[in-house]
Amino acid sequence: MAQSIRAVVLGVGNILLSDEGIGVHAVNELAARYDLPPGLEVIDGGTSAMDCLDRIAECGLLLIADCVHAGRDPGTLIRLGDGELQAFFRTKISPHQVGLSDVLATLALHGLSPSRTVLIGAEPKSFALGLEPTPELAATLPAMVEALAAELTAAGVRLQRREAPVAAE
Amino acid sequence: MSTRITIDPVTRIEGHLRVDAEINDGKVTKAWSSGQMWRGVELILVGRDPRDAWAITQRICGVCTTVHAIASVRAVENALKLEVPLNAQYIRNMIVAAHAIHDHIVHFYHLAALDFVDVVSALKADPVKAAAWIQQYSDWPLNGKEVMIQTQEKLKAFVGTGQLGPFTNGYWGHPAMKLSPEINLVAVAHYLQALDVQRQANKIVTILGSKTPHIQNMAVGGVSNPIAVDSQSVLTVDRLYAIKTQIDKLADFVKKVYLIDVAAIGSVYADWTKYGAGVMNYLSAPDFPVDTRGTEFMYPGGYIPGGDLAKYQPIKSFGDDFLGKGVEESVKHSWYTYSKEGPLHPYRGETTPHYTDFQDDGKYSWLKSPTFYGKRAQVGPLAAVLNAVAAGHQPTTAYVTKVLDTVSALVGAKVGVDALHSTIGRHAARAVRCAVMLDLLEANWQKLIDNIGKGDVATYNKPVFPKGEIMGYGFHEAPRGMLSHWTVIRDGKIANYQCVVPSTWNAGPRSEDGAPGPYEASLVGNPVADPEKPLEVLRTIHSFDPCIACAVHVHDQETGQAVRVRAV
Repeated sequence: MAQSIRAVVLGVGNILLSDEGIGVHAVNELAARYDLPPGLEVIDGGTSAMDCLDRIAECGLLLIADCVHAGRDPGTLIRLGDGELQAFFRTKISPHQVGLSDVLATLALHGLSPSRTVLIGAEPKSFALGLEPTPELAATLPAMVEALAAELTAAGVRLQRREAPVAAE
Repeated sequence: MSTRITIDPVTRIEGHLRVDAEINDGKVTKAWSSGQMWRGVELILVGRDPRDAWAITQRICGVCTTVHAIASVRAVENALKLEVPLNAQYIRNMIVAAHAIHDHIVHFYHLAALDFVDVVSALKADPVKAAAWIQQYSDWPLNGKEVMIQTQEKLKAFVGTGQLGPFTNGYWGHPAMKLSPEINLVAVAHYLQALDVQRQANKIVTILGSKTPHIQNMAVGGVSNPIAVDSQSVLTVDRLYAIKTQIDKLADFVKKVYLIDVAAIGSVYADWTKYGAGVMNYLSAPDFPVDTRGTEFMYPGGYIPGGDLAKYQPIKSFGDDFLGKGVEESVKHSWYTYSKEGPLHPYRGETTPHYTDFQDDGKYSWLKSPTFYGKRAQVGPLAAVLNAVAAGHQPTTAYVTKVLDTVSALVGAKVGVDALHSTIGRHAARAVRCAVMLDLLEANWQKLIDNIGKGDVATYNKPVFPKGEIMGYGFHEAPRGMLSHWTVIRDGKIANYQCVVPSTWNAGPRSEDGAPGPYEASLVGNPVADPEKPLEVLRTIHSFDPCIACAVHVHDQETGQAVRVRAV
């Protein structure tokens, strides 16, 4: 059966700063555990959202994985849908910074917005230097991956769990 | 009475750059630039395999990933005295050029233009007049009245949604905004077109680098792109010809739109050629090597002291001692301590954090303060362009002349190279450099095709690490200026690694002898009409293309007041 929508899973964050990189770890893990059907693209966006603009444009579902400061306990998972994201992405000072919020706004201006955008975030504990997330966030990672998978499945993306995970990049 | 303003953050990316300015009688009299985030990523590299450093360092920065990959492999190759096959140089050069073009276009249209362009004012424009105005200066096919009408409708619909997105919190209607509604509309049209165009540049990086945002094809000793004339899975001649199509599209935009827009906007804001000069010692690295050892470059670099082009001194090769021995970093005003007094050379660099509060006369930044033979130096496209002009680089000189002639015609008076030592000059220089990058992209494409045609398909020389200690440094003239990576390798493992990034040169705090850095110096004398809305301060800072490496970008639910104003 043909893929019904084009979906993009975008992991953002800096993997050199422990929990900052949780979104990137989550999407890499997703790609390791599941066979990705045609029409589903998983992107390690790092901190360069603007470079991903092309691939995000006009997708049916943009699923973002990131860390989110919401004042909860470290490792708490947070889901934000379209309406909530608008308020969330309020830039602080000027129109000049190219971050994810600007990429989404730019797409909106061009009429190329994803039909739906959902963010799955984890409350970070530490941004200390290090390639590994903190134990709290590492413990959250499997749930974060499953939350991403559930979101995709609910949107009609047919994910197939691999028998054994392949090595993540 | 003086007023003190604090802008924090200057970049959207959280906790990066903070700027404090003391304002007296409507002008900045003193300024502080402060990096608000500890940048110690070098520590992660210690003990690792030098062949992996490039992949890790390209994660340092959120905006310019590839530049660290390039500087890193060059540093390790320099330590090994390892030559790089010609094809690898050409492929790297093409990535460098395409990345720079992408970066410069994005910076001007999507970051900086909004300091000068009042988007909301474009709604009041007469689209027919707007088209007629721009068509006098450029035959770009997307300058017609239909395009202007469509742009205005698009903008109306977007503003009508109440979600201004990238335009939220812009200083619309600010007294320092001077463009007519028609020019504003043209700028918005080009803003939208620039988005499509920068994607072409990004495609080139993707094809050559296998992947973006983080390229995969770099290797100490060359690149990992196998070249073939017949296989589908590798870099083929067919794919290279596809790249040529992208190059041509980019060239049209840069030469018929970007260069003209910079001149047109610059002519209306000609007063901004008087502000923002700051530190006039200009340092840039040569780049685009076209031999295997890195002794011949298509783009010159060097040092100009005190803005005097006649005193230009070249940097001649990879590993040149003129650069290698001239760089030191001070932490007198930075939140670090060294094990001894005074500045340190990067090979002996230390990264030991020592946080205090923000002390106006003491420590106030996470950035170190680099110097060149003890002097502060400005890096970036302006430094690169002035050094290239001083070196007699013909393409750079030709584009500088073209921009200055266009401005001169618009303002009705002769505008010379001196006008470049300014806030608006940095924008002009970036456009000039972007045009040069296009020529270099095309030239390296041709060189690669020709070299493959001769039957040379080598892309990689295997590195061999000796026992004992070696050291080396790599430089790269990145979009924000000279980037250098310095490494000490012991028994095949990294013993020390320091990145001296462009924004450290420009945004660093006061140095050992108290000399302000380029950001700080450039703000002094800037007018500020309204301290609550310090648009003018942002103009000058944004002209440097600020990007404090090590992008942390956390989504923050709190919305804070970015500008704090207090009487002192």
